[in-house]
Amino acid sequence: MSDISFVRTDMLPEQEPPATTVGFVGWARANLFSSPLNAILSILSIVAVLFVLSVILPWAFMSSWNATSLTDCREQIAAAYGPDHHGACWAVIKDRWVQLVFGFYPPYPIDGTAHLGSPPEGAWPAYFRPIATFVLILTAVAPVLFDKLPRKMLLITAVFPFLMPWMMWGGTFWNPVGAMLGFGIGYLAYRFIAPIAGSLAGVIAAALLPIIWWLFLMGGFASTMQSIIALDIPTVNSRKFGGFTVSIFIGVVAIVGSLPLGIILALGRQSDLLIVKALCVGFIEFIRGVPLITLLFVASTLLNIFLPPGTEFDIILRVLIMVTLFASAYMAEVVRGGLAALPRGQYEAADALGLDYWKAQRLIIMPQALKISIPGIVSTFIGIFKDTTLVSIIAILDPLGLTAGIRANAQWNGIYWELFAFIAFVFFIFCFSMSRYSMYLERKLKTSH
Amino acid sequence: MTVMTDPPKESFRLSMLIYDTRYRSITIQVVALLGFAAFFGWLIWNTSNNLAALGKEPSFRFLWEPAGYDINQRLLDYNSQSPHIRAAVIGVLNTLVIAVLGCITATIIGVLVGVLRLSKNWVISRLMGVYVETFRNVPVLLWIVLAMAIMIEIPPAPKEFRGDNATASVSLFGTVAVTNRGVYVPDPNFGSDRIGEDGTRLDEPTGWRVGLGDVDVNSSGMATYSFLGFEITPTLQFWAVIVSALIASVIVKIFGGDIARSLNGGQETTSPFRVTPGRLMLAVLLIAIIVLWSLMGMGISREVDGVSGGVFQISLDFLLVVAVLLVSLNISKRIKNRADDIQEKSGVRPTVWYIRLAVVVLPMAILLWALGLYFTYPELKGFNFKNGLHLRNSLIALWLALSLYTAAFIAEIVRSGIMAISKGQSEAANALGLSSGRTMRLIVLPQALRVIIPPMISNYLNLTKNSSLAIAVGYFDITGTLMGVTLNQTGRELETVLLGMLIYLTISLSISMAMNWYNESVKLKER
Repeated sequence: MSDISFVRTDMLPEQEPPATTVGFVGWARANLFSSPLNAILSILSIVAVLFVLSVILPWAFMSSWNATSLTDCREQIAAAYGPDHHGACWAVIKDRWVQLVFGFYPPYPIDGTAHLGSPPEGAWPAYFRPIATFVLILTAVAPVLFDKLPRKMLLITAVFPFLMPWMMWGGTFWNPVGAMLGFGIGYLAYRFIAPIAGSLAGVIAAALLPIIWWLFLMGGFASTMQSIIALDIPTVNSRKFGGFTVSIFIGVVAIVGSLPLGIILALGRQSDLLIVKALCVGFIEFIRGVPLITLLFVASTLLNIFLPPGTEFDIILRVLIMVTLFASAYMAEVVRGGLAALPRGQYEAADALGLDYWKAQRLIIMPQALKISIPGIVSTFIGIFKDTTLVSIIAILDPLGLTAGIRANAQWNGIYWELFAFIAFVFFIFCFSMSRYSMYLERKLKTSH
Repeated sequence: MTVMTDPPKESFRLSMLIYDTRYRSITIQVVALLGFAAFFGWLIWNTSNNLAALGKEPSFRFLWEPAGYDINQRLLDYNSQSPHIRAAVIGVLNTLVIAVLGCITATIIGVLVGVLRLSKNWVISRLMGVYVETFRNVPVLLWIVLAMAIMIEIPPAPKEFRGDNATASVSLFGTVAVTNRGVYVPDPNFGSDRIGEDGTRLDEPTGWRVGLGDVDVNSSGMATYSFLGFEITPTLQFWAVIVSALIASVIVKIFGGDIARSLNGGQETTSPFRVTPGRLMLAVLLIAIIVLWSLMGMGISREVDGVSGGVFQISLDFLLVVAVLLVSLNISKRIKNRADDIQEKSGVRPTVWYIRLAVVVLPMAILLWALGLYFTYPELKGFNFKNGLHLRNSLIALWLALSLYTAAFIAEIVRSGIMAISKGQSEAANALGLSSGRTMRLIVLPQALRVIIPPMISNYLNLTKNSSLAIAVGYFDITGTLMGVTLNQTGRELETVLLGMLIYLTISLSISMAMNWYNESVKLKER
């Protein structure tokens, strides 16, 4: 009897998948040409991208880096790539990048005048102070951003808000010391008065004494100490600040100042105390209802009117105050979102443990609420940093303000795209890395499954 | 025998203000209030001292002085002899124009980009990602200035349109001229608009289609009153009437539910003539305006010769077009509701789209024809284009930059809103056999809308506030007029800046109120 079974008894060898479903062809079929409409869209957008690149890439790369003026630059490009080619004139960036980064900040602030030629005797390297400030910002921010770094670095973070303005503006070293002493006085006042007169009296003393110190005594302290031990660096007028230095300076101060202020405002808005709540809501809604530019007008025209007659204080300082207030209102709303997202049980559990209000906030509520609000906080930071460009409208020479000045120069009259491209690129780098960091942090802090 | 004694009645001691939690909160609040009042008083005290030293006592009288500057893009009549307050009103209208235009285009682009970013098509989704990241991470002011530079540098100058060997031509069949001085588009006119610069009729309209003409709202019959030293001019009274009527009608709309119910006889009805808060609001608005109008002796006259001396002119043709459009949209919606009812009862949906289209299009076409609608097209005369509607570079640049910038944020909101809808919803729709377009339109987007709306409100607010950057490109919005030129000319920093902030605050709060009201109406009703 012969074997006439119709059933295959041995396995077929495994075959390669069809060529159209693997590799690049398969990927393209799945992702680019899955339907006629998709195919048309893909081809159209590829053509559009190629067209844009064919305009931008030759412009960006067939360009001139070494020229002294726009006409010179155009001649060089015409000589190298033919008369019809439109190339970028990056020479303007090479010529003016120092100004775009530092503004008119004196490179060697010894006697207040800018020595643009050779450095004067005994000078620090060019732009030592703004660069050192930037490095200080990075070292101060690093331990906050990355928890693998040694915790002792947080000490730098603690002193940096006091050192940074001193390094930029100059003056006597006893000013930042005096400002720090204010906090020391507050702490000591709480330590010694609270056991004697109760915790509320302690808190009041801890709030009042530093304010008295800062307002009335600190100036005398700084000048006395200065006359005993002279520790000062040359002062730099605010009008000299400019370029990305001023953007980063305003941005960092507003970010550092707005977070604590925003938390306090958010707590006030969530509070049971009716009047405190009304004041906080009024402030937040007012600031959020008006554009930043009107607040900058207040800084440039009105703030001096609001203060006692004869007070003249610095335009950058006024802008810093208004931008910080503006940012803190937005920050307050972000933090409030985090507070509202926290389950009610967390508050009740903190009460059940017998923690008082501040301890509950510090140990239970805030760590969780701030974690929830990280994306919002970072996008507020990004927004503030971008909004620093608005100061160009009140005649502070940030990078955008400087472009007008560069164009007004006969050499570079009529140059637009290169300057805008450079500024946009730098802002993009800062903002994009901030948003990527926030995503990284969100992933790292995620405790859910 | 035990004697129950009441615990000694505790008398109030001063120290309880600090140590007793019942009273402590009051203490804290009183201290906060006193501190705030002291701070505020200190500011006012300083301000009045400073202003007195400068010789500038606060006064809003300057608002009625001639402004002395020109505004090139405007909706109402204005010349350099008009008062500052009118310049401010023109500025507010310009702010609103840019806000409305910007919000509409930003929403359209944003929704499109947000949906396309989730597309399975690799090229499209990457492209949209690049767009979003580029626009979000670069300051809006830079985009505005860049758009302005593009508008000035790239398009051809008007002189390049001239001659036999012109290098540029008017695009879209000779209707739209894009020049470096702005964009000229066809200008719609009605039969009554054929009036030249010198006030004479250019040519007689054909037949009877002459249109209705403009009405000139004026205040000829009103007297000027004096109140607490302020002069209440007819113009001021006019705006007082309009604003108070608006406020009254909004109040009726919000709190009119009970009134409407009692007017309906205390029961829910479905009669087409039932009273609703919306209808009450309209009625109150109309009655208030008519009554106040006749009481205060405001004049209204039909102006045909183009000479106006009043508060503002308004085109009756335009009003009629808007009214007919609203009515036909309403009828179209009723047809849709009826179709929905039939579908729910019988399961078969009658085809009504062509009826709905006809209801909107036909009456409008007939009306426009009857009013003698015609377009003037841009023509090159002398060194520049004449006729046609001139959209200035500043308006286009601001509009473009704000829309593209805000659209990047809206795209992210739409994307996160769609992703928040659980995958089961679209899988269920697929299982029912709906196509992917219908799944998106009927299942996913309506649910995503609830997540999308609240952040969308804050983006609309941001766009409105960012429109204040118009000052960087010379578009005359409220920042450019009141807080720009008026401030510089009169030197009244305090009054102009505070008034400007107040106006922005009003606009912001109204937008957020309207949008929150809309949000309430589409929100998931939890019971």
